[in-house]
Amino acid sequence: MKPLIDVQNLTLQFDTDEGRITAVDDVSFTVMPGEVMGLVGESGSGKSVTAKSLMYLNARNAVYAPESKILLNTEDVSLDVLKLTTQRQRNVVRGGAISMIFQEPMASFAPAISIGKQMVEQLLLHTDMSKKQCKELSIEMLDRVGISDASARFDQYAFELSGGMRQRAMIAMALSTKPKLLIADEPTTALDVTIQAQVIDLMRELVTEFMMGIIFITHDLGVIAQTADKVAVMYLGRMIEKGPVRDVIRNPAHPYTQGLLDALPKMDDLESPLVPIPGDIPSPLERPSGCVFNTRCGKVFGETCNTDVPEWRETNPDHDVACHLYATEA
Amino acid sequence: MTDSLISTKNLAVEFNISGGFFKPKILKAVDGISIDIPKGSFFGVVGESGSGKTTLGRALLNATKIARGGAVYDDGEVRYNLEEMTPAELKDYRKRAQLIFQDPYAALSPRMTVRDIIAEPLEVMGLTSGREETDKIVREIAAKCRLNLEHLRRFPHAFSGGQRQRISIARALVSKPQFIVADESVAALDVSIQADVLNLLKSIQVDMGLTFLFISHDLSVVAHTCDHVAVMYLGRIVESAPTKDLFNNTRHPYTKALFSAIPSLDPDAEDSAQRLKGEIPSPTNQPSGCTFHTRCPHAADICKSDVPTLETCDEGHAVSCHRWKELLETAAL
Repeated sequence: MKPLIDVQNLTLQFDTDEGRITAVDDVSFTVMPGEVMGLVGESGSGKSVTAKSLMYLNARNAVYAPESKILLNTEDVSLDVLKLTTQRQRNVVRGGAISMIFQEPMASFAPAISIGKQMVEQLLLHTDMSKKQCKELSIEMLDRVGISDASARFDQYAFELSGGMRQRAMIAMALSTKPKLLIADEPTTALDVTIQAQVIDLMRELVTEFMMGIIFITHDLGVIAQTADKVAVMYLGRMIEKGPVRDVIRNPAHPYTQGLLDALPKMDDLESPLVPIPGDIPSPLERPSGCVFNTRCGKVFGETCNTDVPEWRETNPDHDVACHLYATEA
Repeated sequence: MTDSLISTKNLAVEFNISGGFFKPKILKAVDGISIDIPKGSFFGVVGESGSGKTTLGRALLNATKIARGGAVYDDGEVRYNLEEMTPAELKDYRKRAQLIFQDPYAALSPRMTVRDIIAEPLEVMGLTSGREETDKIVREIAAKCRLNLEHLRRFPHAFSGGQRQRISIARALVSKPQFIVADESVAALDVSIQADVLNLLKSIQVDMGLTFLFISHDLSVVAHTCDHVAVMYLGRIVESAPTKDLFNNTRHPYTKALFSAIPSLDPDAEDSAQRLKGEIPSPTNQPSGCTFHTRCPHAADICKSDVPTLETCDEGHAVSCHRWKELLETAAL
């Protein structure tokens, strides 16, 4: 089976007044249909920018490296997203083959247009349905994601809904075009834990029902553990570890992934101290040479870490890490 | 039993929200809160958004008007009734009680240097005799918060989230307060930085003998830092206990549900069936009786009609639930 999305050597820079900033550096990954990939990293690690590239959604000053490829394969289309040149071509991908759920649902709905109108608008754009059919489907989707009294909600505005409700409406809207790939960018971060649990349950159900691929972006490893099949960890624009979720969480190979797990407050062990990762994430203007993590890594050895970019090594089946520690052992 | 730094009795905070002149609406943000915050403790308050935890913090800082009930601040030197303070007392109280905000990006003025930001409380309150003394105190406090001296000349935009939060902490500490309210102080930070700031807060608390009211929505963070935790729901405390006791002997169905909602790091963890239905009701339209009955899996008729009181079930452990004994005996929780 061909992967739904196949990202190869994605490198993305932004032209700014302060120079060219590398936001994503040589990132490759695939997502199969029906697979949930978690994308983890701190703020500034480039996870959102990577996801937005899949829809060609980055700002105008984004410069994609010529060798970058984003191959999208569905039953209907097979194309390289980065080769699309006109807005019309890109619109097939945006909201059609790929949908996105954003972190802050209040900011993603237009405040002066009713929820229903926004849902219908995108359906008219991406499907051949009549206005009436669009409305029926929208109400059905709202109902499907657990919004009570969906036909009344259809005419309401974003500010009239509570936070959890808005995020559900956002999910309903993103799924109504039956996308093949759903990008969820921190969809539960702004929600309370009890609501977060409901939204996670809902997303799990929907994956099985629609057989979508999902890219789940979050900084919360607990959420990843409960939702994803595989996980990729990013730091300062580079992917540093990827593998099946169980294996990465049980046997983290990269010192950064280990650090992330140690820094997390664990409920089953209240006595263990929280171990922070020393220092702060460097500015993208001052990216360290060699391994990008070398300024904060507790396991730096010799000059290799400062000069050479680590290559991918397999530590367990399908579990790859980009760290010099494993090069010496091999 | 240690002395309380702050103790409240039936504290209530209400806001008038406009429903027009003829039908004013009252929002009970906080209602009937009686807590004792022991000196030198790290007291946690958890709850979902809309539970009144921030309002409680603001009331204890006298930053919002107390509608009913009272709160007493007593640090050994002075004793204030927060609900009726003279302007002079309030001015003095501002030195003794400080707030650390949630968002370090919004809390620091972009036009002031870090030195000026940290020194401002000293200058406004007139706590030092001259610039030299101010600078000395600023340097001391900056060192305590692990800021470099060269950082003091820079502006906030040059710093990352974790560093900014350390600047906010330094600013809060500079007037040598006794009582600090930390309102979601790590919520905006990445996990790797969050651990660092939590450890800093802890060590400062021990060093300077401070008392913290730590407000958070994140139970796992609270569990790791606080000595005592109060769980709030719709303006009331539903359960309050020493941290370990709360986690090991949970008595309130809401607390239980909060715990089970935390996503486990173990991918194979049994998904507990305890899922809360719906969302927290609007505080303008509170359910009768126990305010949690609309979402409680164990709600009975009495829960809809009678307001439960906070009763002691163990040493230092209080719960506000009609059925806690029953649930304990049947092991339903």
